[in-house]
Amino acid sequence: MNPIEHLNKIFDSRIRLGIMSALMVNEEINFNDLKDLLQITDGNLASHLKTLEENEYVKIFKGFVGKKTNTTYSVTKAGEKAFKTHLTALEKMIGGIK
Amino acid sequence: MNEQQQTLADLQHIKNMMERSSRFISLSGLSGVAAGICALVGAWFANQVIMDSGGPSSYREAVARTIGTESLQEFMGHRLFIIASITFFSALLLSFIFTYIRSKKNKIPIWGTTAKRLIWNVAIPMGAGAIYLFKQMQFGNYGLIAPGCLIFYGLALVNASKYTLSEIRYLGYCQLIIGIVNCWFVGYGLYFWAIGFGVFHIVYGLLMWYRYERK
Repeated sequence: MNPIEHLNKIFDSRIRLGIMSALMVNEEINFNDLKDLLQITDGNLASHLKTLEENEYVKIFKGFVGKKTNTTYSVTKAGEKAFKTHLTALEKMIGGIK
Repeated sequence: MNEQQQTLADLQHIKNMMERSSRFISLSGLSGVAAGICALVGAWFANQVIMDSGGPSSYREAVARTIGTESLQEFMGHRLFIIASITFFSALLLSFIFTYIRSKKNKIPIWGTTAKRLIWNVAIPMGAGAIYLFKQMQFGNYGLIAPGCLIFYGLALVNASKYTLSEIRYLGYCQLIIGIVNCWFVGYGLYFWAIGFGVFHIVYGLLMWYRYERK
């Protein structure tokens, strides 16, 4: 079995991989915290989040903190599964070097 | 970059993002060292006060005589209490400064979700402990204040270890142990404080600095 086949094309992007990693260990993260974490622009982050959302890997909650909108993101079941498969494939690739 | 390096870099990135998003990792080892030095300086001043009042044994007798007779207001105005408060706030301020510098260096905002989560989880055992120890003071149980502070601080650190550098757990265990031992040496709280808040902080701080911040 070739582990490369199990690598997820969506996670080729460092930024999307970063978003998923952060969401895996947090119940939810808001837009600004994600931006601080990845240190990218609003537009850049929004487009990567859109890709993840279209693939149903993340879900969005729009809420309010006072009068300001507060958009938070969390990982879906499908996203969790896809990320774990990707991680296993990465591990196998490292293991295959030995 | 070849394929293997790429894979390793990806795994590094995943680990880094997981840590940065869930733990407050800017906590500087130098903060621990600074807090420890404050504690030792404070202990030295407190020791002077005790020596001036006729040495530890006569001081302990004086404290024993006033147990139950001294009001909380009188206790709060006590020179030792003032020294302890100054020590606490200068330690807090200095440790904040070093952590602030480190967060600037790592380009991580100091006031984020991870910082709030850490402070909240430290505040729970510390706050409950503070109320309980104030109540003990009202009843005149001054001898149990020093071990109580060490025990509640130890619990706060063990709790905090899930939200910041996990090694802080061991500092928490050490504070807990020394606090519990202090329960059997009532009246020697100052020495236990000097070891716990002073020496342990400095040792922990140096180890953390050596491990994570040394260039």
